[in-house]
Amino acid sequence: MDLKFSEADVTFREEVVNFLETEYPDDIKEKQDKRIPLEKDEIVRWQQILNKKGWFAINWPSEYTNQEELSVTQKYILQEELAKANTPTTIPFGVGMCAPVVYTFGTNDQKEKFLPSILNSEVWWCQGYSEPGSGSDLASLKTKAELKEDRYIVNGAKTWTTLAQHADWIFCLVRTETTDIKQEGISFLLIDMKTPGIEVKPIITIDGSHEVNMVYFDNVEVPAENLVGEQGQGWNIAKFLLAHERSGIAGIAALKRELSRLKDLSSDIPLGEGTLLEDVQFRSKIEETEIELTATEFTELRTLAAMSQGGSPGAESSILKIKGTELQQTISELFVEMLAYYAHPFYLENEIGTNETVGPDYAAPVMPHYLNYRKVSIYGGSNEIQRNVISKAILGL
Amino acid sequence: MDFTFNEEQTLIQDQVDQFVQKEYDWETRQSLSNSDLGFGESNWQKFAELGWLGISVSEDSGGFGGSAIESMLIMEAFGKGLVVEPFLETMIMAGSLIDDYGSDEQKSSILEPAISGEMHLALAYAEPQSRFNLSDVVTEAKAEGENYILNGYKSVVMNGPSANKIIISARTSSSQLDENGITLFIVDSDSKGLSKTNYKTVDGRRASDLTIENVSVSKDNIIGNLDSGFEILDSAIDKAILAISAEAVGAMEVLYKTTVEYTKTREQFGTPIGKFQVLQHRMVDMFMEYEQCKSLLYMATMKYEEGAPDAKKAISGLKYQVGKAGKFIGQQAVQLHGGMGVTDELNVGHYFKRLTTVGTIFGNTDYHLKKYTSL
Repeated sequence: MDLKFSEADVTFREEVVNFLETEYPDDIKEKQDKRIPLEKDEIVRWQQILNKKGWFAINWPSEYTNQEELSVTQKYILQEELAKANTPTTIPFGVGMCAPVVYTFGTNDQKEKFLPSILNSEVWWCQGYSEPGSGSDLASLKTKAELKEDRYIVNGAKTWTTLAQHADWIFCLVRTETTDIKQEGISFLLIDMKTPGIEVKPIITIDGSHEVNMVYFDNVEVPAENLVGEQGQGWNIAKFLLAHERSGIAGIAALKRELSRLKDLSSDIPLGEGTLLEDVQFRSKIEETEIELTATEFTELRTLAAMSQGGSPGAESSILKIKGTELQQTISELFVEMLAYYAHPFYLENEIGTNETVGPDYAAPVMPHYLNYRKVSIYGGSNEIQRNVISKAILGL
Repeated sequence: MDFTFNEEQTLIQDQVDQFVQKEYDWETRQSLSNSDLGFGESNWQKFAELGWLGISVSEDSGGFGGSAIESMLIMEAFGKGLVVEPFLETMIMAGSLIDDYGSDEQKSSILEPAISGEMHLALAYAEPQSRFNLSDVVTEAKAEGENYILNGYKSVVMNGPSANKIIISARTSSSQLDENGITLFIVDSDSKGLSKTNYKTVDGRRASDLTIENVSVSKDNIIGNLDSGFEILDSAIDKAILAISAEAVGAMEVLYKTTVEYTKTREQFGTPIGKFQVLQHRMVDMFMEYEQCKSLLYMATMKYEEGAPDAKKAISGLKYQVGKAGKFIGQQAVQLHGGMGVTDELNVGHYFKRLTTVGTIFGNTDYHLKKYTSL
């Protein structure tokens, strides 16, 4: 056992740092550092820069990327440096979710059709899972797909669909059969968002932003060839994908960056004769968070190490989901505490980064971020559901 | 010991509850909050007509001579409806300060029109560097003949946009953190040199930042004595903490009850989610936190009314508990409503947001825990 990086790893880290210095566009960096939300084309541009270097679809098998696969340590270093530089978070729905399903369960035709456009970020995907009546109990979903000759006719509604307003395609769990065991009648279907009968309606969240949507399907015709895997096999794919979604969900590198930013900023805030960072109460909350974060980081590293030995992310990924999201919420809360009254002025996304705002220049996005991040303990399987998973799968209760 | 309310108090409680239930449904609240003014002018006139605005103001000052208990009952009912009309800002923070410390002239020219709903007030005490420390004042006032010239900056002045008169704390002597040497000035909102940056706050209310450049204020507009503003401000904030805590208790009650009702109807895995023990215990904790808050609210309000020597300590204890319970109940109400809890459409998220700002206003849990220890 040792924690040292090999010489090759140190060289790799230098390569990443150099890459960021030369290739990370100044205009995107400026918006990121001011926490101004990016436009779609800016995210696409960044993802394409990463992909050109071979650092976008880092979890795909090399046969689909024609790029050399990184080692677990290299992936860790890359993610850490990308987060440290505050580069945009890549949008996971295509590269991290749809693609693994397609290359694991899809036909050769499907792989050829869908993977290249995900790799170069030309086609954007969204996820059609939750429904108004099916949240934690995902398998109770009702959106119906009836096979008529060579096409499925889809009717129903999906909710909490992130970025559906920008998506070209949606991957959906649909009910193709009514069976006694509800999991058995579910199938995994890929649907072009331009198909007639699809309607996207925005859901505004408590931070005032439009991130999620309702997606309605009214007699939407989908070619049968867009079914992934066997009909009725959708639940297995969903379970595979949920485990995939949870690994990396902890976002450790970004949390380290934010915690260090919190320390920097609070060391500039006067409190009595000293600073806020020197305040015993505030300081101890930061230290507690740092210890928890370090523990989570090494829990993740242990999980990754096990995976590189051929293990698969199982119920362990639920630990990372719970701990990671709790840390995200705690840190967003500490930012609010740091700002005191200046967390209260409320600005919409398009006002952030303008001269209209009052208080410190970093203040405007803080409260919206805190509010928005209440979602993280709810989405991707609520933290209550994750605890059920752990108690059942690991503790055997 | 007696925890019952007298007849007049029960009457006012029923009256305000009725108003919130019948005339302040969620759509109404949202349209008022989203309007340019940020609240309902006709509601404000109604509060004046019903005598609510002057209920806790002493009879000498033109009010109805009630106590902090009447204010508590009004604020608790307002909290249930998430009422956005600036009763706290105009009548408790600024109004009671003038009632307790103002001159006869100030009472008749400011408090009387406030009671009759013709004038709005605000209290400007926070500065960019001050956080919750009322004695951290950089804004300064220098004597010039019969006037004082004010220069400085005030942060997040609640009800600033609507206020016709703003009470501003300024340093007239001593250094930045001293309790001595602070004076309170009543300043006209349209004074030359005073500019407001107005904005909406996250709880759907309104506030302003004030830039104060050579604003001239006559000596008559000083509240109380020169250099002795800190004690006045501190006692006004104590009253305001009691009031905002009552509002928070009202909001907590709605949140825990709404959550309980929701989990009885929301079905997953073929059963109402309220049948799951982990959620039952969570809701029991929400309920207990609310009850504990209410107990401290009653205790602190009675101590304040009786002028008990440990009233200030009780008030800091209350504000600590309000911050802690408000965060827990707010966050868990959102969590148990799932995705719906984070939507702008559902009222739950808005109650959570108000409890979030209440947790900070007049000092967060860290600040009051420290203050509690020192008292």
